Amino acid sequence: MSILIYTESEEGKLKKTAFEVASYAKDLARQTGSTVTAVSINAGDTAPLGNYGVDKVLRVNDDRLAAFNARAYADIIQQAARQEAAKIVIIGSTANDKYLAPLLAAQLEAGYAPNVVALPESTDPFRVKRTAFSNKAFNITEISTDIKLVGLAKNSFGLKEQQGNAAEEDFSPSLNDADFSITTESVDKTAGKVTIADAEIVVSGGRGLKGPENWGMIEDLAGVLGAATACSKPVSDMGWRPHGEHVGQTGKPVAANLYVAVGISGAIQHLAGINASKVKVVINNDPEAPFFKAADYGVVGDAFEVVPALTEKLKEFKSQNS
Amino acid sequence: MKILVCISHVPDTTSKINFADSDTRFDTNGVQFVINPNDEFGLTRAMWFKEKQGASVTVVNVGGPETEPTLRKALAIGADEAIRVNAQPEDGFFVASQLAKVVEDGGYDLVIAGRESIDYNGGMVPGMLASLTGANFINTCIGLEIEGSEATATREIDGGKETVKCALPLIIGGQKGLVEESDLRIPNMRGIMMARQKKLTVTEAAEAPGRTSVVKFEKPAPKGEVKLVSPDKLDELIDLLHNEAKVI
Ligand SMILES: Cc1cc2nc3c(=O)[nH]c(=O)nc-3n(C[C@H](O)[C@H](O)[C@H](O)COP(=O)(O)OP(=O)(O)OC[C@H]3O[C@@H](n4cnc5c(N)ncnc54)[C@H](O)[C@@H]3O)c2cc1C
Ligand SMILES: Nc1ncnc2c1ncn2[C@@H]1O[C@H](COP(=O)(O)O)[C@@H](O)[C@H]1O
Repeated sequence: MSILIYTESEEGKLKKTAFEVASYAKDLARQTGSTVTAVSINAGDTAPLGNYGVDKVLRVNDDRLAAFNARAYADIIQQAARQEAAKIVIIGSTANDKYLAPLLAAQLEAGYAPNVVALPESTDPFRVKRTAFSNKAFNITEISTDIKLVGLAKNSFGLKEQQGNAAEEDFSPSLNDADFSITTESVDKTAGKVTIADAEIVVSGGRGLKGPENWGMIEDLAGVLGAATACSKPVSDMGWRPHGEHVGQTGKPVAANLYVAVGISGAIQHLAGINASKVKVVINNDPEAPFFKAADYGVVGDAFEVVPALTEKLKEFKSQNS
Repeated sequence: MKILVCISHVPDTTSKINFADSDTRFDTNGVQFVINPNDEFGLTRAMWFKEKQGASVTVVNVGGPETEPTLRKALAIGADEAIRVNAQPEDGFFVASQLAKVVEDGGYDLVIAGRESIDYNGGMVPGMLASLTGANFINTCIGLEIEGSEATATREIDGGKETVKCALPLIIGGQKGLVEESDLRIPNMRGIMMARQKKLTVTEAAEAPGRTSVVKFEKPAPKGEVKLVSPDKLDELIDLLHNEAKVI
């Protein structure tokens, strides 16, 4: 028996989530005495997966799959799971994973637990811990189907490197017309910018910044940290920043290593979306701002002074530490 | 065009989350329930279809009688009729199975659901529904136009957006962007009065065993005290982030 994982790639390069999913699967495979098979689509070099516990990689190369296509991708993972007789299928929590997951679950007749944050508490019955209520709580979900689909939450398990080699096999799934019933007309993506989804560090600005003209200092701070920029909901509602940057309960979730909040009060809806981040730093001139209760580190001060000063000091720090 | 809008009945975003019966059940005591925010954007978009190009709009919820005020609110906003499938939802697959029956019986061209409910956070009902009914599925939808039997949609992707096309029937997982915050409608007196006259059909649930179940809930561990750093000692902050938190 094997555990099947989907290892996501972008432009021919495996994403970090692929290695995190592999690390998780390897630990689970040890517990259950099974092996880890990965399926990758147009991924280029898949050898590094061996160093994260993958025993075998099923490689799919197909020009028709150059643009992500949830239905076709789900179909491929499903066929791989059947071939390998996998009882546990593990994917990540990227936007693409979340798009294809319910389609895959339906095809495999698998119970699906998304946003899983730890290894199963037990494998018989199969019980995993996942976030619920938009990160305000967790629940223990029992999956009762023969095949189980687990969606691992980002940054919840970490990477576990080890020595190993993954055998590579070409895999040619059979795809049908229905898999291509949705056509992509155009893709509009800012090149070279770190996205909130992939970022290890996110710098976020709120209404305390007074207006869109003041975002330069947020971008500068994000720049030295190699971070993505984000914002609170009113900021995107007022059109100061694009929609895609709105984070929180009703926006994007942030599960970064470091979240820096500037001029954000820390409303419950904002906190719900960023709670899953490991370390939170708050810069706010109001010592009573609720965000300080949810933060690890705080600076009570005027953002217009603190942020540029912090950026300068970080530049110094970076030049000495790289 | 026949449109079905799936409405999830969820605790208001300001709700404190507590559990009862040894943490096996969500404690609804003192909790206000609302239309799931992602569904509210979808409902408003459906109203625009109705007003601009003609469409009938049905709203549906799978839930107990306690969800009827939420469905009435959707009617007051302007939906034509409502369906409640009488069942306590077990899991996403169970809900999708019930909705599949509603879709098959009603012959809808377009089903608008939310990308995710803010309580269950499954992100699974619309996709599973599409699989069960064979419809096309577009997730994280932030813009939708329909001409004849063809849909053009904009979806949010990591770091940007993309435009896709497909034929109806279509199911979307929608979110903000379908309409803007300022486009959302608050029911007025006339709407509320009219909603009382509109049809709310209650149907019994079909047999469809769930595939997952929640055994127990947990609250996050309480957070330690924040460490404050003075604005003129920012080196300290950098030191803490580097040596203590190890994140830079
Ligand atoms: C249904 C619903 C869903 C919602 N979903 C979300 C969501 O997903 N995400 C979200 O973010 N919000 C959400 N909200 C809104 C949320 O309730 C708050 O209104 C919002 O988060 C506040 O944004 P803010 O902190 O930027 O602004 P404010 O609350 O106005 O806070 C501004 C902060 O900046 C500080 N400040 C001012 N000047 C300075 C200065 N010079 N230097 C430093 N600090 C300064 C102030 O002390 C204050 O704390 C939602 C609300 C509702 C009703
Ligand atoms: N009980 C329900 N009744 C009707 N629609 C639902 C129900 N639960 C979820 N949905 C729809 O499915 C979407 C995604 O929900 P979920 O899969 O729970 O994240 C919601 O935004 C609703 O549109």
